[in-house]
Amino acid sequence: MSAAREGLRIARAALLLAAALLADPAARAAWDIGALMALLRAHPPGRAHFDETKTVSILDRPLQSSGELVFTPPGRLEKHVTSPGDERVVADGERLVIERAGKRQVIALAEHPEVAVLIESIRGTLAGDRAALERAYRLRLAGDAASWRLELTPRDASLEDLVTKVAIEGSQARVERVEIEQADGDRSLMQIRPGTG
Amino acid sequence: MRRALPVVLWAALLALCALQVARTRFVADLSSFLPAAPSAEQRLLVEQLREGALSRVMLMAIEGGDGETRARLSRALTQRLAADPRFASVSDGAAAGFAREKDFLFEHRYALSPGVAPQRFTEAGLRSAISDTISLLASPAGALVKPLVLRDPTGETLALLEGLRPAGGPRMAQGVWVSPDGRRALLLARTRASGSDIDAQAQAMQAAESAFDALRAAPGGEARGARLEMTGPGVFSVRSRALVKHDVERFSVLGIAIVASLLLAVYRSPLALALGLVPVLTGALVGVAAVSLGFGLVHGITLGFGTTLIGEAVDYSIYLFVQAGQGERAGDAAWLAGFWPTIRLGVLTSIAGFSALLFSGLPGLAQLGLYSIAGLAAAALVTRFVLPRLLPARFRMRDLSALGGALRSLAVRATRLRLAVAALALAALAVLAAHRSSVWDPELSTLNPIPAADRELDAQLRAALGASDARYMVAVRGAGLEEALAAAERAGAALDPLVAGGRLAGYESPARFLPSLATQRARLASLPDPAILRTRLRAALDGLPLRPERLEPFVEDVARARDSKPLTPESLAGTALGAALDGMLLRDGEGWTAILALRPPAGSHGLDARAVREAIASARVPGAAFVDLKGELDRLYAGYLQRALAMSAVGLVAIVALLFAALRSPARVVRVMAPLAAGVAVVAAAHVLAGTRLSILHLVGLLLVVAVGSNYALFFDRMAVQPEETAPRTLASLALANATTVASFGLLALSSIPVLHAIGSTVAAGAIATLVFAAALAPRAHGVRR
Repeated sequence: MSAAREGLRIARAALLLAAALLADPAARAAWDIGALMALLRAHPPGRAHFDETKTVSILDRPLQSSGELVFTPPGRLEKHVTSPGDERVVADGERLVIERAGKRQVIALAEHPEVAVLIESIRGTLAGDRAALERAYRLRLAGDAASWRLELTPRDASLEDLVTKVAIEGSQARVERVEIEQADGDRSLMQIRPGTG
Repeated sequence: MRRALPVVLWAALLALCALQVARTRFVADLSSFLPAAPSAEQRLLVEQLREGALSRVMLMAIEGGDGETRARLSRALTQRLAADPRFASVSDGAAAGFAREKDFLFEHRYALSPGVAPQRFTEAGLRSAISDTISLLASPAGALVKPLVLRDPTGETLALLEGLRPAGGPRMAQGVWVSPDGRRALLLARTRASGSDIDAQAQAMQAAESAFDALRAAPGGEARGARLEMTGPGVFSVRSRALVKHDVERFSVLGIAIVASLLLAVYRSPLALALGLVPVLTGALVGVAAVSLGFGLVHGITLGFGTTLIGEAVDYSIYLFVQAGQGERAGDAAWLAGFWPTIRLGVLTSIAGFSALLFSGLPGLAQLGLYSIAGLAAAALVTRFVLPRLLPARFRMRDLSALGGALRSLAVRATRLRLAVAALALAALAVLAAHRSSVWDPELSTLNPIPAADRELDAQLRAALGASDARYMVAVRGAGLEEALAAAERAGAALDPLVAGGRLAGYESPARFLPSLATQRARLASLPDPAILRTRLRAALDGLPLRPERLEPFVEDVARARDSKPLTPESLAGTALGAALDGMLLRDGEGWTAILALRPPAGSHGLDARAVREAIASARVPGAAFVDLKGELDRLYAGYLQRALAMSAVGLVAIVALLFAALRSPARVVRVMAPLAAGVAVVAAAHVLAGTRLSILHLVGLLLVVAVGSNYALFFDRMAVQPEETAPRTLASLALANATTVASFGLLALSSIPVLHAIGSTVAAGAIATLVFAAALAPRAHGVRR
């Protein structure tokens, strides 16, 4: 992706942000969660590359994976792992479909809140869907538009047994880093950069 | 004393009949109207239709309100009904399928999982299965497997749960199943009682409805716009019973009211009206008692049909009263000599026609036949022997000669229509000949009283839920439970390639819930002993991020499974798995039948029957049969339709023979039969032209047309050889008889129940047609004694 095109995209996002701020006088001055969400909503990421490191206590060493993320608003998030192996995980609406080695597994998210809560934190952020995020989490925003950090902590006591914290960092409309800490000490860190491959 | 004897006998008969009727069982579901299936296979079908797992499925949809409200109602309703003993299982998708049985499934995973086989526990097999589990651990679904990994690293529990859930599964929103357009929340329930237990089904529906009403009325008010829709075999049985009951009650009351007002308007005498109804009520009572004695139960439709017999049985008293000469006493010697033989012949003709129904082989039609024969015979005999003795000494009928005179000139003019009638009859025959291949409707569903909109809703809900539509199934036999389950496994293995190839969406097999003992033993035997398993794990995990020592709980579980006993039906008792299994296995005197319900591919209208047949045949499963339930029932019905048609032909021959014996003149037999034949042809052709295909019930209607019309034709024939002055009286009696018949049958044509509507519309039209045709084709010369 050329720098000029990237610049254009940022300019467009800024323009949209300006428009959103002008439309809402109360929010004009402040960089807050509403502004971040509006920015994210106005500028969905499309395709991006990711590198993920997952630390699981029962495993001897962290699991590394990388591949492509494709987000189609409002609710479809595809994670295509290209290394190691080839795996496609699609969260679409209330279903999670895992395809690997010709096998297809469908998981109903509603049946498995422990899975749904993690998916929702990423999907809700990418979609700029504050209501969806606030259903499960309390939100706290730090930093400014150029470098922000959104921290999600579970609202519900039952969720605290699953996840302790989700921290999402980014710059403008771009999500760059998602860190998840689970109650049993397991962690995952996903770094995201624009483009494919 | 001799004079009073018939009255005494009649009173005694009434008392006996009343006693019999009092202890009669009345039923109203359509299944008892259906054929008593002749072959073992067909019996199995009807059995499965009435009792099996498929009959217990209840589909529910919540409509109206917003999605959030529907989801909340759906969850709350599921919770309430799950606690209700009338329901074996209820699901809204949130705890899809057998989530409540998770612990049970986890404990018995090595006996139940289709993945358990010797190669699964070799070094390579373990490595591949555990690698998959580790990948899953890294995926967003990792949280799902994490608690199970150390005891179930090969992922048997998940494989098992997946096999029990409908493939693909319905769409979900707000955590519950919804229809593809998202406007309905869907629930899938199974009742404990079978679909044929209509009272229990009605109670289950009632429970669901009142639970839903309570939830809807809960504070907040946003749920007030929501509605609960239910479908399923049991629901349909309850609805059709209610429909039949409603129509029978309504049409009995209305029929009697209309006929009574008509008679009152003509007779202008409440006494005459009351006396005129005596043969009708006697006939109805005797008819019901006869059916009750002959069949052990009486169908609601028989009663509904019985109300129409009012229209025909009332004719006899009309003839008795109206045909009496001016100033003469009804039922005197002149009437007995001049009119009774004709009525008697008409009754015998009707009985000959209805005998066709008696031998049709369909229990419902046989009931109608017996009811009609017994009812008409009783009504006629009461008119002849009892009614004249009940009349007060000074009973005289009102003078109807003005009406008779007017009718007389109409009748004379009608004979000019002779050629027109002939042309009409020929045209009707031509229409029937042109449509001869499509005159009769071969489908049983035309008799279904459930409105098309309800059936459409049922089809939609089934498609959305991936529920089997109870149409296609594979049945396998075994001498014992073990053999039947083994046969189900072999049939399932033959179907798997069709599922993989997309020619089947899936199938339900009892062997998924309870594998045969042989399969369970083979699975458990494929588990290695702890020492070997540990060695293999060490090699298998080389290079993977999981140390073999961590999997010690797995080794222990496998060791325990090796020593465990296989599952039996008793182990499943009381669980949702047991309830599901229960409906898929049938036991009879000779052995067990396992039913595998097939799901056709989504969006298709039916399934590739040939591919399924071939797959089953190639698997060489003993006693396996692919069954297309609807097709099979239609075939069964077509057989009965053929038989009923053949019996009607026999009835026709009997009628002609009877007429010939009584009239002793081929010309007169032709003269009597001509209006009847023309009437039947014109009514049948009119139905065909209106786009209605004739069912077996239209055949019943046509038989009734012959029965009613034969009286008209015989009287017109009689008039030619009777004194001129009796003609107006005869015509007045015919007109009144016709009016009551048309009124009561025409009323029936308004019924929403296809069975009653078909009979009503056929007979009302046929009665008018045969009367007009009989008048038109009547001999012109009057008053000429032979």
